[in-house]
Amino acid sequence: MNSRDSILAALREHAPAAKALPDVPMFDVGLPETLPQFIATFERMGGKWAGTVADIEAEIRARFPDARVVCSAVPEVAGTRRIEDVSDPRTLEDVDVGVVRAAFGVAETGSLFLSEAEYRVNALGYLPQHLVVLLDTADIEPNLHRAYQRREFHEARYAVLMSGPSATADIEGVLIRGAQGVRSLTVIAAPKV
Amino acid sequence: MSKPVDHVNIARKFIADEDHIQFHDKRLWSMRELRDKQAHGIPEWEDLRALASQIKEHTLSNLAGYLEEFERKAKANGVIVHWAADAAEHNRIVHEILSSRGVDLLVKSKSMLTEECDMRPYLEERGIEVVETDLGERIQQFDNEPPSHIVVPPIHKLARDVAEVFADHIGTDRNNADPHYLAESMRQATRPKFIRAGAGMTGCNFAVAETGTVTVCTNEGNCDLSANVPPLHIASIGIEKLIPRMSDLGVFIRLLSRSALGSPITQYTSHFSRPREGSELHYILVDNGRSKRLAMEDFWYSLKCIRCGACMNTCPVYRRSGGLSYGGVYAGPIGAIINPTFDLKKYSALPFASTLNGSCSNVCPVKINIHEQIYKWRQIVAEAGYLSFSKKMSMRFAGKLLGDPKRYRKWMGGAPQLLAKLPRAFLYNPMNAWGKQREMPEAPKQSFHEWYAENRKKENK
Ligand code: SF4
Repeated sequence: MNSRDSILAALREHAPAAKALPDVPMFDVGLPETLPQFIATFERMGGKWAGTVADIEAEIRARFPDARVVCSAVPEVAGTRRIEDVSDPRTLEDVDVGVVRAAFGVAETGSLFLSEAEYRVNALGYLPQHLVVLLDTADIEPNLHRAYQRREFHEARYAVLMSGPSATADIEGVLIRGAQGVRSLTVIAAPKV
Repeated sequence: MSKPVDHVNIARKFIADEDHIQFHDKRLWSMRELRDKQAHGIPEWEDLRALASQIKEHTLSNLAGYLEEFERKAKANGVIVHWAADAAEHNRIVHEILSSRGVDLLVKSKSMLTEECDMRPYLEERGIEVVETDLGERIQQFDNEPPSHIVVPPIHKLARDVAEVFADHIGTDRNNADPHYLAESMRQATRPKFIRAGAGMTGCNFAVAETGTVTVCTNEGNCDLSANVPPLHIASIGIEKLIPRMSDLGVFIRLLSRSALGSPITQYTSHFSRPREGSELHYILVDNGRSKRLAMEDFWYSLKCIRCGACMNTCPVYRRSGGLSYGGVYAGPIGAIINPTFDLKKYSALPFASTLNGSCSNVCPVKINIHEQIYKWRQIVAEAGYLSFSKKMSMRFAGKLLGDPKRYRKWMGGAPQLLAKLPRAFLYNPMNAWGKQREMPEAPKQSFHEWYAENRKKENK
């Protein structure tokens, strides 16, 4: 027998008595308003909330005055490089600021849903030094149970709930942003066009 | 693991060094407190724990069926699925995948399973450089130590220890122990590796049968870099990681990081279902003793574990002894019930490294009856005749003492003169009772319980 079959046979032989699979409630009654909760949790996770701004491109310039390469995956921001022109993720190594739009947010955990549909090149979320994410504040799920009902989870090859910048407390419990991924994560409120 | 003598030395150093043990104790306790705050902030917390436990027990009762469903979905999604009966087969498969594609550099995120398989030396002996990209795991890799905590691998180290390790390995200033400086230096040293690596490797926190999805929960972004930059991604999956439905993730993700670090969620919760365009995705489903554990009537519940570390953070013995003293891949209460299933004789002392206070079971997000299992293991160890005579004596004493909270507290608080008379192999001295070394190491000047008593006195003043 190959390993697959012998593992499965052993598991069948020794299976504990059958137990029922419970239904999982949505736990979504009486939850706080989504946007204030999203902002509070997202900031607690280390994210920067920029709110609504007059000119997104100018806002990014103002926040990252030293940025040489801004790679954009959204029509609202031209940037200096279009993600459509990137085929090898490794070439994103020199990007100072990446810009992408989240499919939706999650209030409970301050999370942004991102997948290849939004990124085009997934590494855009991790190789740049900083990441700016546009979010339609009308599309925020109240909690994770509701979020996992979204079809996007079933459609994506790769999906991430991103809830702040890269962080670590591995050295003496001191919190450090930018262990390996982006050093900062900024959300700008912007309705989907 | 490969050098048991080191563990004894490290444990000795650890116990003897007041800075270390105080920091360790405090840091773990603060994680426990953060966890409590989060748990209290969610009215349905206890419902979630019950659901998580039921979902896991259901899945384990039909694990073969769910694994088949997971495999079917994954294959339909274009994932290449492998099965490994044990650590050796797992390592062989990884090596085959890498060498057949000419990969000589592997970037990986943290995985307790690859620790269990001792994969790094296997690949390195065969000319493949393995880079742990999680900061804590990289520190442990450089220092040639196993992780001492499943969530925070170098939790037993102070910044000045890390400064020493980095000075030796990445040329940082030995006298600069600023955590920001150290972490930034590691970022600079590691980032080029992502670009050059031929493959990336991740573990798996939850494998969803319904969709063939692997979910990984991390904070540094190194998992997403490892999986999204190189053209090949291998995910190693313990077969007990299965859950039936995507919607079940709602329960587990809500519990995991709150229980582990006391944060609402990890910075990155990543879901891999299909390979990226133009890249390969491989899953390796690993048994390595799990099917045997499932057959153990009293102990199969330990397979529900989601590796949050909450039981370690809350355990007074773990907090005051350090993870390395357990001598196995898994430390703390969960280690005390998992390690003996790998090798009863080798880990026969671990079930005694507990006060049976039940705190571990109370915080466990999947409601594993940890302290009851520890008690049952003691009986098995005794029946198997793995207690030496002297140990038997001390254990009997310990069993009485620790099995009785009142007497225990009295002893801890009010009878210091008793301490000097305790047998050396007593539980609170990990160098003897928990070290895997069979030889008795040289006794430290001040044993742990003596140290503890002294501190206790100070605290009580
Ligand atoms: S036994 Fe429970 S508390 Fe301990 S690591 Fe596993 S899931 Fe967490």
